[in-house]
Amino acid sequence: MPEVRTADKLKKKYLREEMWPTIFCNGCGNGVVLDYAFWAIEELDLDMDKTVFVSGIGCSSRLPGYINADGLHTTHGRSIAFATGIKAANPDLNIIIFTGDGDCTGIGGNHFIHAARRNIDVTVILINNFTYGMTGGQLAPTAPLGSIATTAPYGNIEHPFDICELAKALGANYVARWSVTYPYQPIKSVKEAIQKKGFSMIEFLSPCPTAYGRRNKLGDIKKHWKWYDDNTILIEEYNKIMEYGTDEEKEKIKNKIQLGVFQDIEKPGFFEQYEKLVERLQTKKDKGMKK
Amino acid sequence: MIEIKDDWCKGCGICIERCPVNALEESDKLNKKGIHPARLKEKNECNFCRLCELICPDLAITVIPDEEVKKDAKKILLSPTGGKNK
Repeated sequence: MPEVRTADKLKKKYLREEMWPTIFCNGCGNGVVLDYAFWAIEELDLDMDKTVFVSGIGCSSRLPGYINADGLHTTHGRSIAFATGIKAANPDLNIIIFTGDGDCTGIGGNHFIHAARRNIDVTVILINNFTYGMTGGQLAPTAPLGSIATTAPYGNIEHPFDICELAKALGANYVARWSVTYPYQPIKSVKEAIQKKGFSMIEFLSPCPTAYGRRNKLGDIKKHWKWYDDNTILIEEYNKIMEYGTDEEKEKIKNKIQLGVFQDIEKPGFFEQYEKLVERLQTKKDKGMKK
Repeated sequence: MIEIKDDWCKGCGICIERCPVNALEESDKLNKKGIHPARLKEKNECNFCRLCELICPDLAITVIPDEEVKKDAKKILLSPTGGKNK
């Protein structure tokens, strides 16, 4: 197989070019996430015949349609539930889920927390743009306090979801959060998440200039992308400043969004435990038959 | 050399904004969609860092390092190994 080192070869290998260009708005981060996923898959040399891409409903859930591999476009919020079914039917498959914040934590919140609790071996790539972009900018559960949406014209008064903290508390094996504006760390992170056994989740902060940026007066595309640089901080740096920094520095970074790998552990997954259970019961049954 | 597929470009200008050596600009011609796609400046200091290729939301950019540069360049690793950003 020829080595893929340019984007042109990468596109020919993985992209359904007849579907291109995308439906995404100008300045959207979803295409970037797709690009990062392609590079990670290429570096891992994943067999595309044994990889399934699952998605729900929303802008981000259009992504499997552009990948030249098996995909499943499911009902709203149920992508993780369908993926659990696929994994149960054929444990050899690699499953990558593309989902949005409204899809995964809004309507599909219960599927998400129970899949994380059971530690099912799937990779969730969650694209968080703080709003329901496809339907016109309604208030999402991840929208920051005070942000404006079509269903919250005077500002949001609900406290937002911290998806990474939630997944961490539920004991997911790999939890990370990155912004789409930096390319190198996310590619490495997606690579690690795919290799990881058990539930792995990566949250991408993605700009949505049309539905979120416009209403919240974040400026044009360039300013909106810069907003993500100015309002994020690496978790190591955050912890260091919180421990040793001055009050002034602490005040400065207090409201910034933390980026980085939040959890990286090894815990047996649901299907490993299930195999052990079947084995234990079968040996018990065999012993009973001998008697 | 940088190849840009003009008809895939939506003209968001992220590559122009993010280029560390300021080597890209808007071109004069219009594409199918009626926008001015990005192009490489005539006088540029492009060092083939491939940031624009990775960050383009429409996958329209391909960076092909020149032959001379290719000989000297070591194998480009996309992800840094080690470091604090694990």
